[in-house]
Amino acid sequence: MKFSEQLEARYSDMITHYPAKRSLLVPFLLYIQDEFGYVTDDSIEEVARRLEITPLEVRNVISYYSMLRVKPGGKYNVQVCTNICCLLRGGEEMLAHARNKLGVAVNKGITPDGVFSVEEVECIGACSWAPAMQVNYDFHENLTPEKIDQILDEYRQKAAQQ
Amino acid sequence: MAYLVSHPDEVKVVSKRFGQGAADLDRYLELDGYKAVQKALELGADGIINEMKASNMRGRGGAGFPTGMKWSFVPKESAKPKYVLCNGDESEPGTCKDRLIFEHDPHSVIEGAMIAAIAVGSHDAYIYIRGEYRYLLEIMQKAIADAYARGFCGKNIFGSGYDLNVYWHGGAGAYEVGEESALMESLEGKRGVPRIRPPFPAVVGLWGGPTVINNAETLASVPHIILMGGKQYAEIGVERNGGTRLFSLSGHLAKPGVYELPLGYSLRKAIYEVGGGIADGRELKAVVPGGSSVPCLRPEEIDIALDFDSMMKAGTFLGSGGIVCINDQTCIVKFALRTIQFYRHESCGWCIPCREGTDWLSKSLKRFHAGGGVAKDIDNIRYLAENMLGRTFCPLGDAAAMPIIGFVKKFREEFEAHLDGRPCPYGQHAAPNALPVLSH
Repeated sequence: MKFSEQLEARYSDMITHYPAKRSLLVPFLLYIQDEFGYVTDDSIEEVARRLEITPLEVRNVISYYSMLRVKPGGKYNVQVCTNICCLLRGGEEMLAHARNKLGVAVNKGITPDGVFSVEEVECIGACSWAPAMQVNYDFHENLTPEKIDQILDEYRQKAAQQ
Repeated sequence: MAYLVSHPDEVKVVSKRFGQGAADLDRYLELDGYKAVQKALELGADGIINEMKASNMRGRGGAGFPTGMKWSFVPKESAKPKYVLCNGDESEPGTCKDRLIFEHDPHSVIEGAMIAAIAVGSHDAYIYIRGEYRYLLEIMQKAIADAYARGFCGKNIFGSGYDLNVYWHGGAGAYEVGEESALMESLEGKRGVPRIRPPFPAVVGLWGGPTVINNAETLASVPHIILMGGKQYAEIGVERNGGTRLFSLSGHLAKPGVYELPLGYSLRKAIYEVGGGIADGRELKAVVPGGSSVPCLRPEEIDIALDFDSMMKAGTFLGSGGIVCINDQTCIVKFALRTIQFYRHESCGWCIPCREGTDWLSKSLKRFHAGGGVAKDIDNIRYLAENMLGRTFCPLGDAAAMPIIGFVKKFREEFEAHLDGRPCPYGQHAAPNALPVLSH
């Protein structure tokens, strides 16, 4: 299997950071996920080969970290925080609103066009600006249902343009 | 984008450069950047550690361990390389301060990590940033690259003959990795399962070498301490609690935000003056004063000083400085339930009291909140939580148990109000059948 040039460059840089090469595993898996949408079976084999560990060890690590997934998510993964500070300021209502608007009932479910998935997440470090969510890596804070509508519409347009 | 706020009572030390464009290296240099590390090279290891001891700086991650003392535990001679590890895995619910540091002043973290490295005789420092903070990781990557480009990092820094490398590292979503031994496991490319101690990281840490692990805010404060002198920094705070810290004010406040206040500042004033009091004319019901892991306080208990010792005397902790305010319209049982669901999700399952305890507590509180509780549940919940205390490898078990014990102890009447199949008195927030259920 082949990684993109960008990912190869990332790998060559990161491998120089550590006395033991396995150490790059966690951040590198996230970069793989960014490229393919999830950590694919092929890339698990490839990473295991390069780091001289077993594919099972790689999967063992993946299963621990909540951001890593081995199945596709939506192009835009909407991660709504409902942890305590967001809870106090309407996080659950925001989650329900995002789900209803996108028609995605189940956690991590994907819209039929593949554009969105919705996930309930734990604290994302936006406590003073709650309620908050992340769409992929972008933070959106001080949310209201109207603001969510607007944000999701913008992502939908962005997806349509690509 | 994290928003900046200010209040006249703030004493800006670590937040001094916020909003000044200091992520840019030239701007950082204009604002006294990289002067402290040069001074540190002159001071030498013992000189730095003495300043840190004099500063009464205590770790800003949550445990409040004296930083100078921590550094002094690293053996001078070591067959294996020594390391400095910056903990930027900020994920304690209620805490969003390190975000501002990484966004507005990333070089201060680099510089602080470098000074720590010089103090303990290490030549490699790692800055670990949680996976969700990708935009901050990118800011840090650029800052490190810029520092290398000027020769501030790498070989022979500032003509001193001292070699010092600084590296970035990213996480991928795990609260527990904020615990120091789990953080090292994660950096070594493994599951973030904690290590048993002793040996402590100062003796056996990353890849078996002696390692100093400090919170991002602690390290970002170090250059300021070195420049102003430890004694002067200590004087900003109170006895045994030097300097300032960033408090994340959140919840039902009129003016939530991250404010830098001197240690020893009044909790009441932090809530009612700095934070603007409770929003919408409501009353304060409870405050969780140090991140989600600490026991709550009732409104009559908030006349205390925000320092590690006073908080402990009051039966709670200063923790990560995340002050979560809860108004009188909130169901404490629901709040307790959401708190324990978090720990249940984050428990790594390595040790049984935590794995089983968080699950049982979560199930009990869920049933209880939905109106399926019986009187003896209240004591059972507390009993369960108390049996987790001190019985786990890492502090996650305690962090899960302590707030629950606090809620039962201080708000027993709210638990009683849910008995005998009665619906939650705060139904508008929590009709049981409408509750979104965590399915992960």
